[in-house]
Amino acid sequence: MAQKTKELLVDPLVDNNPITLQVLGICSALAVTSSLQVAFVMTLAVTAVTGLSSFFISTLRNHIPSSIRIIVQMVIIASLVILVDQILKAYAFQISKTLSVFVGLIITNCIVMGRAEAFAMKNPPVASLIDGIGNGLGYGLILMLVGVIRELFGSGSLFGVTILQTVNNGGWYVPNGLLLLPPSAFFVIGLLIWAFRSWKPEQVEAREYKIQSVEAH
Amino acid sequence: MGVRAFFDRIEPLFEKGGKYERYYPVFEAIESFAFTPKTVTTAAPHARSFVDMKRIMTYVVIATIPCILVGLWNTGYQANAAIASGLEPSGWRAAIAGIFGYNPANPLANFAHGLMYFLPIYIVTLAVGGFWEILFATVRRHEVNEGFLVTSMLYTLILPASAPLWQVALGISFGVVIGKEVFGGTGKNFLNPALVGRAFLYFAYPAQMSGDSVWTPVDGFSGATALAVSASEGYQALVGHGITWMDAFIGTIQGSLGETSTLAAMLGLAFLLATRIANWRLIVGCLGGMIAFSLLLNLIGSDSNPMFAMPWYWHLVLGGYAFGLAFMVTEPVSASHTNVGRYIYGALIGFMVVMIRVVNPAFPEGMMLAILFANIFAPLIDHFVVRANIARRAKRHV
Repeated sequence: MAQKTKELLVDPLVDNNPITLQVLGICSALAVTSSLQVAFVMTLAVTAVTGLSSFFISTLRNHIPSSIRIIVQMVIIASLVILVDQILKAYAFQISKTLSVFVGLIITNCIVMGRAEAFAMKNPPVASLIDGIGNGLGYGLILMLVGVIRELFGSGSLFGVTILQTVNNGGWYVPNGLLLLPPSAFFVIGLLIWAFRSWKPEQVEAREYKIQSVEAH
Repeated sequence: MGVRAFFDRIEPLFEKGGKYERYYPVFEAIESFAFTPKTVTTAAPHARSFVDMKRIMTYVVIATIPCILVGLWNTGYQANAAIASGLEPSGWRAAIAGIFGYNPANPLANFAHGLMYFLPIYIVTLAVGGFWEILFATVRRHEVNEGFLVTSMLYTLILPASAPLWQVALGISFGVVIGKEVFGGTGKNFLNPALVGRAFLYFAYPAQMSGDSVWTPVDGFSGATALAVSASEGYQALVGHGITWMDAFIGTIQGSLGETSTLAAMLGLAFLLATRIANWRLIVGCLGGMIAFSLLLNLIGSDSNPMFAMPWYWHLVLGGYAFGLAFMVTEPVSASHTNVGRYIYGALIGFMVVMIRVVNPAFPEGMMLAILFANIFAPLIDHFVVRANIARRAKRHV
């Protein structure tokens, strides 16, 4: 059991990462990664929601009629998201304002729904809780990596602390404006996927087509 | 044939089982640069032509020569004119340019001054881009090919003369790696690598890539591009700034290194059309789209946006339109591949360039974004053209 628990927690970090392997939850990964602080809070929020929603859905799994299971899952997830949103508004108002609509959009995050459907409906509560937390952390790991790259090279700081003194403040570093724009996360995530798949070649998908060579050697 | 003999002597070292087998792509690149490529098509059909990849790419580089010459002269001319108007020359270039003097009426001084801006950018582009090419060729085991000579030249010509060299290096790295190599190298790139690099710099470092002070590389000089003037005051105001239509056509205006001269781009285009490297359908589509949409906007008119009134013959000569039309729209890999698709693809670029220039206040220039936009749509256009053809032919057999 201990072995299994560890696997549930660690597997989604690299080997079965929700962003780089399953390519889920991309929308919020583009939107909230321009600063590390925001990405960190988002990680905590998503991890809490995925873990707890998996736990509660798994607890109720034998009582949920199959035909309305999505609605029931949504009710649970939505309640948790509202809870998270209220806590953020109470204790971290500035960050809550920066995250704006993206906290609410955790409801539609494919990772949360995906874990509820794929894991929590078939497994006991504690395992589901661990699985949810693992996936939240896997999502968060990529968020933090992207956040480090974007904040460090885009504005020369990490967690708001200046690392590279920018030209506007009398330093030498010319910040890369592209990294502050949401589309840059596409490139960064793409490069991360490239790096992950070079490291773990078994993640590479089978080719859908092959270019035929016309030259007969 | 001393060189040939040398290549033949060292070739076994690079072949399978040889000592430097890993570096075969490097050897192959240098060899086929010096001689004709040895690979010939052996499978049927045996279409024979002297035009291979090397010749196509060499022709495109030759076609850019008018743009390079006018670009060198114009860059020097703009810089010398700024210095003649009282600004101080600075940096290492001042020491060398001083030999030729700063007389904007002296063509030699202009060329020399322009060359000192062109060469560093071009050398950095070749060195950094070439490094990535060879790295990918060695790791992925494909061949380095002449396509990079075109990319590097086009990329250099669409940069502002004052571009910092480290940004030049970053831009070409992005262009070559993200624009081309991640998709498998030359021939598999669905975007134009030179434009990808330029677009990266445009969004990453807008202060050095756009605005009023980057086009003439003299400290303290400020001059808006003709398109920026038109966007704020209307094209009629250009004459007040000393820019006639003829100036814009010949290219003695503010702009990137080699893109200002419509005349030079047209000479290059004529060469590409004569050698059938550029497909005329793309040109017809692009001109048609631009002329039709700008005429439509002329008719609609606007009280607050002076760009609505700009006639098509001004759109043609300002900004990167002519250069893009000659060298970017006609790039065979990233354009549509069906004949009907080529008209649509060209027209989409012509439409988008006017759309971005006129309607979007954030970007006075639109050619780069219009071409990249159409690049993305090219496979989709082809798909529908092919589908429509299949559907049309299927109807014959009901």
